[in-house]
Order: sequence, then structure tokens, then C-alpha cells
Amino acid sequence: MKHQFDVIIVGAGLAGLRAAIELGEDTSVAVLSKVFATRSHSGAAQGGIGAALGNEEEDNWEWHMFDTVKGSDYLGDQDAIEILARDAPRTIYELEHLGVPFNRTPEGKIAQRAFGGHTRNFGEAPVKRACFAADRTGRVILDTLWEKCLQGGIRFFDEFQLMSLIVSEGQCHGVIVYELASGKLHTLHSKAVLLATGGYGKVYKTTSNAFASTGDGLAIAFRAGAPLEDMEFVQFHPTGIYKLGILISEAARGEGGVLRNNEGKRFMELYAPVIKDLAPRDMVSRCILEEVRAGRGIDGKDYVHLDLTHLGEEVLNTKLAEITGFARTYSGVEPITEPIPVQPTCHYMMGGIAADADGKVITDSEGTPFPGLYAAGECACVSVHGANRLGCNSLLDTLVFGRRAGKEMRRYIHTVGFSPLPANPEKEAAAKIATLMESNGNETGGPIREELQEVMMDKVSVFRNRSGLTEALEKVRELKGRYQKIAIQDKGNCFNRDLLDAIELDYMLDLAEVITLGALAREESRGAHSREDFPDRDDQKWLVHTMFRYSKEEGPQVFFKPVTITRFQPKERKY
Amino acid sequence: MKCTFIVYRFDPAVDKEPRYQEYMVEAEPTDKILDCLNKIRWEQDPTLSYRYSCAHGICGSDALMINGRIELACQKLVRDFKTANNFVIEPLPLFKVIKDLVVDMNPFFEKHRTVRPYLISDEDPPEKEWLQDPENQKFFEPALACIMCGSCTAACPINRSNDKYLGPAALLRGFRYVADSRDTATGSRLAQLDNEDGAWGCKSMWWCTDVCPKSIPLTKSIAQIKRLIKEEEKRKTAGS
Ligand SMILES: Cc1cc2nc3c(=O)[nH]c(=O)nc-3n(C[C@H](O)[C@H](O)[C@H](O)COP(=O)(O)OP(=O)(O)OC[C@H]3O[C@@H](n4cnc5c(N)ncnc54)[C@H](O)[C@@H]3O)c2cc1C
Ligand code: SF4
Ligand code: FES
Repeated sequence: MKHQFDVIIVGAGLAGLRAAIELGEDTSVAVLSKVFATRSHSGAAQGGIGAALGNEEEDNWEWHMFDTVKGSDYLGDQDAIEILARDAPRTIYELEHLGVPFNRTPEGKIAQRAFGGHTRNFGEAPVKRACFAADRTGRVILDTLWEKCLQGGIRFFDEFQLMSLIVSEGQCHGVIVYELASGKLHTLHSKAVLLATGGYGKVYKTTSNAFASTGDGLAIAFRAGAPLEDMEFVQFHPTGIYKLGILISEAARGEGGVLRNNEGKRFMELYAPVIKDLAPRDMVSRCILEEVRAGRGIDGKDYVHLDLTHLGEEVLNTKLAEITGFARTYSGVEPITEPIPVQPTCHYMMGGIAADADGKVITDSEGTPFPGLYAAGECACVSVHGANRLGCNSLLDTLVFGRRAGKEMRRYIHTVGFSPLPANPEKEAAAKIATLMESNGNETGGPIREELQEVMMDKVSVFRNRSGLTEALEKVRELKGRYQKIAIQDKGNCFNRDLLDAIELDYMLDLAEVITLGALAREESRGAHSREDFPDRDDQKWLVHTMFRYSKEEGPQVFFKPVTITRFQPKERKY
Repeated sequence: MKCTFIVYRFDPAVDKEPRYQEYMVEAEPTDKILDCLNKIRWEQDPTLSYRYSCAHGICGSDALMINGRIELACQKLVRDFKTANNFVIEPLPLFKVIKDLVVDMNPFFEKHRTVRPYLISDEDPPEKEWLQDPENQKFFEPALACIMCGSCTAACPINRSNDKYLGPAALLRGFRYVADSRDTATGSRLAQLDNEDGAWGCKSMWWCTDVCPKSIPLTKSIAQIKRLIKEEEKRKTAGS
């Protein structure tokens, strides 16, 4: 079936919906999502969204900008970070006007709380900058934006999975999608396509991400010629529930929670004397693993305790209600009286489809755009998070740059007409499905996926070194070989998860390879990328963005892009 | 330990009638029911269909009938059931089955739409935020935890007898906007809910509150709508 819209938005998380709202008033736009829109993983965001409103104490956008630059270990592009920090207060007021039910201060303003790495006066002490609605901030923003889209009559294709981009002569003009309920392919012809497909934490074994977080948009764009940027930077959040990876928000420490080792000691005091438990995530995750290595994990195991018992029942049951529930349900712990067992969990991808601050996908180090193709949200790398994202900056990123991408697409579509579709645009996607469905190979996806997640967790997570990374690369490539012999057992056309799992596994294998290649290439330690064999940051050589371009014959090809530095020169990063 | 899973199966392409299929699963007491379904699919029978995504009770995908009670598969662990490691898994009632455990939720979201689930204000927004009494925000805060899983509406006996009844989830959304001090359409919202297909359809049978995986006080929220309708009436009669 064929449809035509000026703009197609792939992804109904915060980034996609914000762009849709921007365009909805005067542009024909469709939003497609492989899960029903409100099931998007933005709804899982807990702790808050950052903006220097100064509602609780003095704050300003320059401090926010500085913290983000420093948090990024100076790899973030400062022109984009300036946009993010300056536009943050407007973004929050806009959400509030749309109806987002933020928690309030006694005088009725939007309440704010402390979050990791956010400080006042360039690092002096933690500052209350995160706006929140209990610990369901993502849920309420997602619902509000979705409902705004319903009000605006925006067309949704729920449970439609992106299969490929329609690209001819280097220009994108639509997408091919697979309808889950019928197994049919649809051609969506457009002038512009926005990818807002979120993260890909499922490449790792332990993660706070959803099953849907498989990086489809990145892998599809990569194959279509868009470079991926800074993929080696993978954020491990310090406090995932032990063994499960379910997130206990940084808000828990923002409200006063502390980490303790097996001696009951608040160990972050040693590593980050000024902001302690509110140090950025890359540091805290490393500190936890250092404690574990020194034999100070709980019961000698690979986890520590997150102690919230001193916060009192009132705070736990109101401001941290969801995570308190998670701890009760999944680890059988009562946070009012007992500490929660936690360990680092794969949480967020700093890397992504290389894009500029207007959402335009770029194809080289000069920023030459890929006409018709846009990216925003976690799947994009603008780059505002550099080597390490600060908490509550991602929701902000999705909204600031989702809106900007919307504005830019509106401008763009008036400058071009609909290009004619290539003959039989569905051919490639149909062939891919047919090959999988008809294969009588002797592999199934399950074991390949498990082995992939395990090797990435073992060798390409918080600490890395050359030999481990080399082993991981070999393993990923072996798995890619095995993938060629994969067979599908479900031959049906209705909610065929077997087929979709196999398709997603292909994407994850591609992304794992690029993450590992980037980690091998970058011979330094910066932000979330910590090389045991290169423990120092090397600004001489590595103050650059790593870029990978797809090549069918030779595999991913590396090149580099300069970092934009405006206000803040790189300095040693201490907290 | 070994668990038996008896799972509802229906594939419209081949089955005339639904059937039940039995699987043996090796599970830990701390495994989620969703983990067990995944094990069935990954290790034994890839043709089984069900929805899921977040795996920790926040996206609302996987409300199912587990041993005759509506639950989120990702929020219940094997050890939570005292059924001798036997599990019967069926789709959410009330809704039409598309395949196996996947149901058509469109009617649910259609009702959601009809309550005008967005802020309506005839005032121009200020430069910064609208001020809101924290007590007001607290009053409707429980409603914000809703993940639109459909459990409440599927469990509600009234919904089964009157398919026009909005159902607890849509009424809860209605309550959320009626109660929000920033919304100025309160009067017309209450008028819309003031009938047997709206708030008065609720006969306080508490099923919704009982099954809600987010422990939302649905019945009480609906009662608040009824109270507000009455207050509005009083105000009108006093005024006329
Ligand atoms: C547990 C958790 C808590 C978090 N808490 C915070 C927080 O407090 N503050 C903060 O700033 N950040 C937080 N984050 C990070 C933040 O939530 C995410 O980075 C952000 O929500 C990503 O939004 P998005 O719009 O880019 O993608 P998502 O919300 O992940 O949406 C992706 C969309 O793309 C669709 N999609 C994907 N692939 C396809 C395909 N092939 N075809 C069709 N559709 C597709 C999906 O269906 C979905 O609609 C948290 C993250 C997690 C996991
Ligand atoms: S009120 Fe509870 S049961 Fe009903 S849809 Fe919302 S979360 Fe689900
Ligand atoms: S999978 Fe998201 S609620 Fe269960």
C-alpha cells in the first residue's frame, strides 16, 4: 500500500512527538512507531528534565552549559550545548503550558531537585536544576505530547516497523514499513524523514532499556550512507537493580540517597570530595567497580548498596514512588528500611547518527547534509553529550532538538517537490523478509543475541582494553557470520515476533561492531570510554569525534570530525 | 524449578477456535512471568505472540490474565503465585483477540480520545509557568501513574454490560483534567461525564482499583468526578 505525507517521523518517543507537534499545524505529517506510541521508552524516564529556572535557588544557563561541557569530558560541541542550555527554560515553560503536571514548590512554581554533575557557579556545589513529576517525568511528558498530537489530529501508524529508507541520488524521500498486524509492507512517500528511534541498550546484557531499544534507525541510516558518530561512548548508569538492570533514578541520590560498600562506608566521598554521590555517571560507575575490585562489594559480589533509609517514608512514597515500587517488586527489598542492591547498567548511548543542531543528518566532517534525512533524540549525535551525558539532559535534548528538526523540515519541504519514487521501492525489504522466512539455515536468533549481549557486557562496557576489545570484535564478526544462516520458524503474517527479532538482531550486530571498532580506535580514556591500557585523556590526539561510514566491501570505515569549542577550554575534570 | 504454562493460542489464519497449549519451563522463583513467556518463545515455540517492551511495569504493553486474574506479565514473579508452579496465561478479557495473547486495544484508545485528554485553557499562558497550588497537583497526582495498560477497563463488569460506558481508564483521564487547576473547561468536561455512559455508569464495584498494577485509586477518582458534578449542580442552582 502507498501513502504520501510531506514528512514522515519514525519514532513516537519525546523527540518524534515534539517534532510532530511543531509540524502538525500546517504540514501533512505521519508518525510511525513499532510499539504503540505511549509504550515508547521515553515513558520510562524517571528523574527529571534539566533547566536553569532558578526556582529553588540561584541558577543560570551558563552554569548549565559549563556542567554539560565538563560532563561531556569536553567532547561535546559547545555551540550545540549552548543552544541546549539557553533553550532549556523556554522548553520547560512550553511543556508546562501544554499541561505537563510538574511537581510544585510551596509558592506554586515548578519544583526542582539536584542531579548528578549539575552544579552552581562552575562546579562549586550541587544545584537544584531538574524539573520533575515524582519519578515518572518521562511518562507524564510522553502522555502530554501524545495527547497534544491526538488533539491536533496527527496521523499515527502504531505497530508499524521501519524496514528501510527510500534513497535515490543521495536523497531520502520516504520509508518502507512493515505492518505488524498483517505482515504487509507499506510505502510511505515523503519529502523528508525524521529518525527518532531512540537508543539501543539491548546490545548489552544488563540494561535499563526496553526490548524495543535495538537501534533500528541507526543501523538503517548507516547502511543507507549516513555516518555514525562517537559510538564508543556508552553510558553505564551506576544504579541498576542488581542482576536486572532496572533503573533506580539518580533522583534517589538527588534527594539525598548515598552509595555504600560492604563496610557501610559512603565511598563516593573519597572519589569526588565536592559533589560526592552526585558525581557524573561515568565516574560513579567506575568507582563502584573499583570498590568491587578491591573486594568491597557486598558479600564479595559485584554490587554495592544504595541507601535511602534516611530519607523517610514520605519522600520515598511520594517523590520516589515508582523506584521504591521497583525495589519492592523486583529485588524484594523494602527501601524504607533496607538498602537496595545496585550495579552499573547500560543506560544511554551518547553516540548516534551524525546530525547538526537543526536535525540535519550530515555525511562528512564538513557537515554536508544528507538531503531529506533528519535525526533527533537518542538515536542522533548532535553532539551535546560528548563522552558522557549528564542526567536529565536527554529529555531536554529530545525536546530542544526535536523541535528544531521540525522547524528545519518545515522550511525544507517548501523548497522541494515530491521526487518520483524509484521503481519497486519495496523490493529490498521484501527480499530481506523472504530470505529470512525461506531460509533453512541451522541457526536461530536467540543464542546469537545472547552471546552478543554477553560479550559486549564482558569486554566493551565500563572498563576496556585492547585484548578484550579485539576478542569482542572477533566474536561479533563470528556472530555476524552465523547470522547469515539464521532461520525463522514462525511462518505467519500476524505479530510475527520471530521475524522481527531476527531483523532487529541484524541491526544490533552492526551497531556492536561499530561500538567495538570505535572503542579500539580511541586510544585514550575520556568520559564513559575508559581504556585500562590508555588511562589518560589525550587532548592532543583525541579531542575529535569518531565517525564511521558503512562500506559493503570493506566494513565500517573510520574518519574524524573536529570538536567545536567556544567558551570553555578543556581542563582536567575533577569533582 | 519446573513450571507448567498453559497458554491460550489463537491464530486467525489457521485456527477456527482458540486452543490451549502446554509448555514446561525451567524457571527461577525470581523470574518474571514475562521472562517465562520469553523462554517459551526463544527456546521452544517462536510462534507464540504477545506484546511487551519495557519489562518493568512502565509501558503498559503486557496486561494479561494470569491464573484468572489480570496482571502485568513483567510485574509478577513466579514466586508471587501460590499455584504449585502452574500457570494459565490468557489474553486480556473484553477486547477482541488478534492473535494468541495480542488483543485489539483500539476501542480502549478511542474512549480515551473522547474525554478530550489535553489541557484546555481560555487564558493566554504567562511568560513563565502557570502557578499551581502544590495541593492541587497532589490531588490528581495518583492519576498520573496510569500506563494505559487497559487492565481496569478489561476487569470492569459494567464495561462488559454496556459497551458505551467510558470505562475506568478514560474516566481517570477525565478526572485528571477536571481536577487540574490550569484547565478552564471544567464545566463542559463535567457535563460530558454527567451520564450513565460516563461517571454515573460506575457502580463502585472496585474491580478496576483491585487490578490496577499501578495501585491507582480509580474508584475514588471516579467518585471525585461525581462529587464535582454535584457541586457544580449546586453552584448552578444557587446561582439561578
Ligand atoms: C529507565 C530510564 C530512565 C531515564 N530517565 C531519564 C531522566 O530522568 N532524564 C533524562 O533526561 N533522560 C532519562 N533517560 C533517557 C531518556 O529517557 C531517553 O534518552 C529518551 O527518552 C529517548 O527518547 P527518544 O524520543 O529519542 O526515543 P524513545 O523514547 O526510545 O522512542 C523511540 C521510538 O522509536 C520507535 N522505533 C524504534 N525503532 C523503530 C522501527 N524500526 N520502526 C518504527 N519505530 C521504531 C519506538 O517505537 C519509539 O516510539 C532515561 C532512560 C531510561 C532507559
Ligand atoms: S488505571 Fe491502572 S489498570 Fe487502568 S489503564 Fe491505568 S494503569 Fe492500567
Ligand atoms: S513490558 Fe512494559 S509494562 Fe510490562
